[in-house]
Amino acid sequence: MTLAHDDRDDRAQPMLSVRGLVKHFPLKKDLLGRGAGVVRAVDGVSFDVFQGETLGVVGESGCGKSTTARLLMQLIAHDQGELVFDGQTVGSKSLPLKDYRRQAQMVFQDSYASLNPRLTMEDSIAFAPMVHGLPEREAVERARDLLDRVGLSPQRFAERYPHELSGGQRQRVNIARALALQSRLIILDEAVSALDKSVEAQVLNLLLDLKEALGLTYIFISHDLNVVRYMSDRVMVMYLGQVVEVGDSETLFKHAAHPYTQALLSSIPTMDPDRRTETPPLAGDPPNPINPPSGCRFHTRCVHAQPICSEKMPVLAPASHGQQVACWMHVAGAAHTAAPAGPGRVPNQEAVA
Amino acid sequence: MLGYLLRRLIYSLPIMLGVALVCFALVHLAPGDPLVSILPPDASADLQAQLLELYGFNRSYPEQFVSWVWRALQGDLGTSIASNRPVASEVMTAVGNTLRLAMLATFIGFVLGSFFGFVAGYFQNSWLDKLASLTSVLGVSVPHYWLGMVMVIVFSSILMWLPPGGAGPGGSSQWVWDWEHVKHMLLPAITMSVIPMGIIARTVRALVADILAQEFIVGLRAKGLTNLGIFWHVVKNAAPTALAVMGLQLGYLLGGSILIETVFSWPGTGFLLNSAIFQRDLPLLQGTILVLAMFFVVLNLIVDVIQTLLDPRIARA
Amino acid sequence: MTFLNAAASPVPQLVFERSAGYWETVWRRFLRDKVALGAALVVLFLLVLAILGPWLAPMDPYQSAMLKRLKPIGFEGHPFGTDELGRDMLSRLMVGARLSLFMGITPVVCAFVIGSLIGITAGYIGGWVNSVMMRTIDVFYAFPSVLLAIALSGALGAGITNSLISLTIVFIPPLARVAESVTTQIRGRDFVEAARASGASAFTIVRVHVLGNVLGPIFVYATSLIAVSMILASGLSFLGLGVKPPEPEWGLMLNTLRTAIYTQPWIAALPGVMIFITSIAFNLLADGLRSAMEIKQ
Repeated sequence: MTLAHDDRDDRAQPMLSVRGLVKHFPLKKDLLGRGAGVVRAVDGVSFDVFQGETLGVVGESGCGKSTTARLLMQLIAHDQGELVFDGQTVGSKSLPLKDYRRQAQMVFQDSYASLNPRLTMEDSIAFAPMVHGLPEREAVERARDLLDRVGLSPQRFAERYPHELSGGQRQRVNIARALALQSRLIILDEAVSALDKSVEAQVLNLLLDLKEALGLTYIFISHDLNVVRYMSDRVMVMYLGQVVEVGDSETLFKHAAHPYTQALLSSIPTMDPDRRTETPPLAGDPPNPINPPSGCRFHTRCVHAQPICSEKMPVLAPASHGQQVACWMHVAGAAHTAAPAGPGRVPNQEAVA
Repeated sequence: MLGYLLRRLIYSLPIMLGVALVCFALVHLAPGDPLVSILPPDASADLQAQLLELYGFNRSYPEQFVSWVWRALQGDLGTSIASNRPVASEVMTAVGNTLRLAMLATFIGFVLGSFFGFVAGYFQNSWLDKLASLTSVLGVSVPHYWLGMVMVIVFSSILMWLPPGGAGPGGSSQWVWDWEHVKHMLLPAITMSVIPMGIIARTVRALVADILAQEFIVGLRAKGLTNLGIFWHVVKNAAPTALAVMGLQLGYLLGGSILIETVFSWPGTGFLLNSAIFQRDLPLLQGTILVLAMFFVVLNLIVDVIQTLLDPRIARA
Repeated sequence: MTFLNAAASPVPQLVFERSAGYWETVWRRFLRDKVALGAALVVLFLLVLAILGPWLAPMDPYQSAMLKRLKPIGFEGHPFGTDELGRDMLSRLMVGARLSLFMGITPVVCAFVIGSLIGITAGYIGGWVNSVMMRTIDVFYAFPSVLLAIALSGALGAGITNSLISLTIVFIPPLARVAESVTTQIRGRDFVEAARASGASAFTIVRVHVLGNVLGPIFVYATSLIAVSMILASGLSFLGLGVKPPEPEWGLMLNTLRTAIYTQPWIAALPGVMIFITSIAFNLLADGLRSAMEIKQ
């Protein structure tokens, strides 16, 4: 079984299309049937990923970033929604799961837990290619090549065990492993968050080099806004299982449209005395994914909240600088005092969830 | 919390049903004629049929099982084939005797085991620790029925301090807490206490070593708490697990006393089990195993509940 | 700012010896533990005795001589005396090692295989399959082990095969539980998720990633059960439920010599001493193994 595959390379069509992804986790009921609710981890997420870009994904803990990553990799099954890769539905006859898995791979946060403590580095990397039919000798050779590519000399590292490597080195191995199937899409779930800053910088630069050399597409999940800004072409902001803003990276950082994005950005610590934060950016209590607020989920903590916000959930709509925002303040004709003027009726208003 | 306890209780019901099923199946696994012990070999076919009818052995297995369980719930465990007395009363008398023995043995084991465990844990890696640990390994490794024999040799045969067996005057049914009776209990109880002692000593040592290594102890010392105070803290933290292990050991002794009771001719459930097996007395065998197993299940439940009450973290898990 | 350069800076080529695998490290650690080593030697000695016993024994263990019944220790020609049928104790003890050890080790080995199968399957698949399997195991776990062994033996009847079967059944639940618990832990680790993400089948993942990490702890637990199994097996023979006379087996010997405790107490106690020594050795060995494997690298 050959490992080369079609590269449709069709710039007009997104490489990965996600529509209406939903994942609810049921809670354990106690004996009397109380507490039977669901954690609405991912509640209607739609976005596109384009060939050759880096899409950053940011949000607080609990906003659903990691769950989304696992849904994209199909490590957990989604309840509703659609995943379309290169124009073909994932899991369908034209794109069975095993083939999809050759094209999309993931790098996890915990570099130590991501490696089997009993396997050498080259064995860990060679595992996936062997699963897909590559003979052992070639798989090991490819593993050594990849080690070299990520900056670890094969003579030194190929036969080592995870406990003998540092965090940064292990993460390089994880990256090598993700590349072992010659995948085109790499999902990086907080891949550098657990590393020391200096090591983090090295790994990030490695990722950029690899992307250019191999023509990769990245989905870069992180809570660290500076890193996301450095790495991403476009950025997607998530809140409580939904996408609240998505757009070009620099635009978003300079002209954030959604109040939540603005709050996130203003919370970045800075040494610049002119940009001191004087008021806390976010009011109210952190949200509960089991019982999310009605209407716009952010309205309980939003300084601009108005009655419409608690009644109806906004959908992603274009905003002033080219990004997409889910906020009533940017919907023309919406019943919000800050909304731009527009026709009286706003199409496709979603009812309160 | 209440929810956890309720769930735990309800969860035991299918287990108990399963246990009853296994008891029933075990006994009926036995090849051979269930009536062989009372039927003379030349008995007429009529007599055989009559007895089969009487004991219900001629009905289908599911029928027998259901009727057995139904009656058991009402306290009727059938009649012993060998002695012709109701199984329930025989078992209950025997259980009483075994319980007495097991409780004494567990108590001794717990006290000695905790002592050794504390010493070992407090003086980790010193010669005291090694000695105490050695004692606990010995306790866990010794074949207790052999130890019983040795005790009889030393204390009854050679020194003649204590009687070698039996339960004292009045046999199994009339127990009084006087020296005449208790002296029969000492050797078997001490013998039985050795294994729980070993296990509790090991557990307590590990617990104490663990607790002392934790940072909050350093914090307490820094606050100026005396050694006695620290000791009390260690006890409080070790108690739930230690008590749980003790409870479980009691359960094992109840179920596993047969070997010692055989050595000392102690008229408990083990002894009863022994005779039931060799006489192929099915109703007695069934009833005894059922009662012992149920005791164990209920004991486990109680231990779980008490542990949860003492350590609320468990309920949230 | 040099740390922004991508590749690691070139290092002079040093020669590195092949790094120690997991089992090598365990082995080295084990060799440093004197107590465990001593126990291992004793176990080795007993195993040799078990295998070579019939050839090493000075006299025929089945040969009875009614005139020489219950002769004391140190009697001429019989260093450990004779038993109630006049058979040489030393020979019976030596040959007895074979059956006693066999009855002790075999059930644990069988239960290890079966219990691991059940536990690993339940642990990896998870969900309701796990619940069903583990609940069934729990029903057997609800019996105290001695009771279950005796009840099963009593039901099946005396004899070596039946005892082996009943002991195996007794040891399957604890091993299955440990297997399930360890497998569930490993199952949740990221490297297993990564293996799933690579598209490997469940069987491959278990073979390559799970087994190597799981069999070790289960094996250590199994070794700690050997001593218990030995005592239980001999106990069954002691009750008359296991090995049948005239086979030499330490538990059976304790049974038949019981009446002699008043006349020749030390001879009557000898077989138990062998069981005791064997049990201590296996327990210390198991402890040593556990220490050698537990310390995180």
